[in-house]
Amino acid sequence: MKGAVGSRQSGTERALSRREFVRVLGAGLLVSVGAGPALAGERRPRGGGRGGTIAARVHIGQDGAITVLTGKIEMGQGARAELTQAAAEELRVPASRITMVMGDTALVPDDGLTAGSRTTPSTVPAVRQGAAAAREALVRLACQRWGVEPGAVEARDGAITHAATKRTLTYAELAASDELPKAFDQAVPGGITLTAVKEWKVLGTSLPRPNVRDLVTGAHKFPSDLVRPGMLYGKVLRPPSYGARLGAVDLAPAKAMKDVVAVREGDFVGVAAPTSLLARRALAAIAETATWQPAPHPSSQEVFDYLRQRAGGGVPANPFADEVAKAAKALRATYRVPYVQHAPMETRVALAEWADGKLTVWTGTQNPFGYHRELAGAFGLGNDQVRVIVPDFGCGFGGKHTGEAAIEAARLARAAGKPVKLHWTREEEFTWAYFRPAAVIDIEASLDAKGALTSWHFININSGGAAVDTPYRAGKANCRFVRSDTPLRQGSYRTLAATANNFARECFMDELAAAAGADPLDFRLAHLDNPRLRAVLEEAAKRFRWRERVKEKRPDAGIGLACGTEKGSVVAACAEIALDRAKGTIAVRQVTEVFECGAILNPDNLLSQVQGCIVMGLGPALREEMRFEKGEMLNPRFRQYLVPRFSDVPELDIHLLDRPDLPSAGGGETPIIAIAPAIGNAVFHATGQRIRAMPIRLAESGGS
Amino acid sequence: MAIEKTLSLTVNGQPRTVTTDPGRPLLEVLREDLGLTGTKYACGEGRCGACTVLLGGKAVRSCITPVADAEGKAVVTIEGLAAGDKLHPVQEAFLAEGAVQCGYCAPGMILGVVGLLNEKPNPTDAEVLSRMEGHICRCCGYPKLLRAIRRAVQAGGR
Repeated sequence: MKGAVGSRQSGTERALSRREFVRVLGAGLLVSVGAGPALAGERRPRGGGRGGTIAARVHIGQDGAITVLTGKIEMGQGARAELTQAAAEELRVPASRITMVMGDTALVPDDGLTAGSRTTPSTVPAVRQGAAAAREALVRLACQRWGVEPGAVEARDGAITHAATKRTLTYAELAASDELPKAFDQAVPGGITLTAVKEWKVLGTSLPRPNVRDLVTGAHKFPSDLVRPGMLYGKVLRPPSYGARLGAVDLAPAKAMKDVVAVREGDFVGVAAPTSLLARRALAAIAETATWQPAPHPSSQEVFDYLRQRAGGGVPANPFADEVAKAAKALRATYRVPYVQHAPMETRVALAEWADGKLTVWTGTQNPFGYHRELAGAFGLGNDQVRVIVPDFGCGFGGKHTGEAAIEAARLARAAGKPVKLHWTREEEFTWAYFRPAAVIDIEASLDAKGALTSWHFININSGGAAVDTPYRAGKANCRFVRSDTPLRQGSYRTLAATANNFARECFMDELAAAAGADPLDFRLAHLDNPRLRAVLEEAAKRFRWRERVKEKRPDAGIGLACGTEKGSVVAACAEIALDRAKGTIAVRQVTEVFECGAILNPDNLLSQVQGCIVMGLGPALREEMRFEKGEMLNPRFRQYLVPRFSDVPELDIHLLDRPDLPSAGGGETPIIAIAPAIGNAVFHATGQRIRAMPIRLAESGGS
Repeated sequence: MAIEKTLSLTVNGQPRTVTTDPGRPLLEVLREDLGLTGTKYACGEGRCGACTVLLGGKAVRSCITPVADAEGKAVVTIEGLAAGDKLHPVQEAFLAEGAVQCGYCAPGMILGVVGLLNEKPNPTDAEVLSRMEGHICRCCGYPKLLRAIRRAVQAGGR
């Protein structure tokens, strides 16, 4: 049955006509200047507001409604609140006056991917510059009307006030003039002075996510919740194993079903039907007829050798062999980190609709303009024939940069002549989405007779160059990332390879400290110049009472610490673990983490991000790994792939070190990089077992 | 092709009838036939709690509950929890503690807590943890979720 209720729409879900856009933005006359050309596809501002007009970033309606436009998206990381704060601060209005329009490629400037912790250092300043330019334009207009100097007026609470004459013009009144559209059609000038940190009224406060109420009432429409008139539900035929090629397939059994559309385009085979159930049945009927040519594929057991053998140009040798030869002590080790999955709560989803040769896709992606280009390329469409709309969606973690679900949905919608929504199953997400890359990391280091590092050789095979360089003074250092030939799709994941690289480096530092007869904290501090990193490490050790606790020896318990820097921020963590030797399990009892990312923009949101990073990081540290054999995933379900749950949460002591004197850096990634090595070092402390692999396992249970 | 049946159920206080395959997951009937998309799909095997609804007052996983099981019973989804503009105390607790990151798990979490309080008005902390163990938040916002849940439990769901 297909209920009529399912086709109801709210205004913002539909593709907005220009008239509707004006309505959404609150009768703003500026819209006709700023967004008009973008809507018509004649001109789309690019580059995060640089070179863009004020109107490309800010609209003020005659009713005083303020709309701010950004190409960033919201997936739970807090960009909506932070960017709202940025605009409100510079426009001198309460945050409640701002409506953010995010991730709609027909309306917003291209602010790049929402990734790499770039919203805070790049887009917050871009939005602030646009908003400050808008405020200055409003000031100039008011001053022209009154014949006074800009220095004599003040922008405050949505109005310009001339104190000497007690005259006031609200933004709404100024928006009603003919001059404002012209003023807002100017490029955002360079060198605008932004509000100093000590003057902040909105930034630096804990503004909750503006649409949070809709999230607890179920009113918010995630991409997977959207419905279009006449919409069908899609399903795609997947190969039985990685690399398998489709031979024959018979679409007839699906086509024989009432209201079912089936399509084959090359290797792409899919169906669409009025319900998910019917689509599943139609796909099952087709799948029974399909023949496949399997391809060889390494297993997850073999994959580390596989990656090493295929390292581009071979695995580089240690150029410091002479240092190693004359060293008082030298150590070498190899670390392994398996493929893991982001496992976002909301799996990949796209709703595609064709109308008049134009394609509109609603989807959850961190990369709206990348999707836009990908779709234009896939279907031979012009830039103005594609529109990607990204409602706030359910998790990304770096896992939603590629447009495959959107392309699949668009193919089905084109064949069906109707809108099609394709929502990947959990098993599809665990199999056909991309993964955090597996890593093989070789390290060799030498120590002199005083226990000081004299050389450091660090090679990451396959997983990436993020945080590959050591923050420690190591005499001579050679740190490199070497590509390999990954047998699985791989891509970004919260802080990229920094987790793998920091895990290997920080565990190895503990081995070196032991070789040098030094305490892990002292050994690090003796080699650490970076004052910010020293500060968080010392603060974490102090709060954890490291120096007292490291002397205590308790059976089946241990403590460890680790630190690191990436993406302009610094982190240190101390962890206490307890072992259950009978079960072979490790429980993380307590984590103290100190994080510093410059001037804090939103303390509550930053705390959520740090808490989330620590707990998410426990998964790959202790349990998570994709297991595969003969091209098939062996654990593509939540009952087999065990992500962190409530019972995993340790006692947390998190300290956010505010540095108003430093530029703000993003905080949603780096806090994850210290947790796995802190646990690994705690296991080393408890057992003497050297930890060389994630997930961390006790030797008795057959681990590293 | 299974034979369709016409089933009567009460959803958020409203009598509804659906004509459908009785084995179809309640989740899909709610989302696709009744337009109630607040209930989420995330695992399809009852292991993450995102699809939790109340069936006869008890929290169930709608992704593995055949719609026939709801025949003649009362279903409450997240859309039916607030009384007009007045949020349910568990919803209020989630807002008060800032316990929402992406929010995709929130409807299921909230109904999981409401279902627990329906069964046990004064659960112990161990009972709370044990029940909520069936809910996944991939943002891993568990620390604030736990504060919100404990706040709701202390308020007795009132």
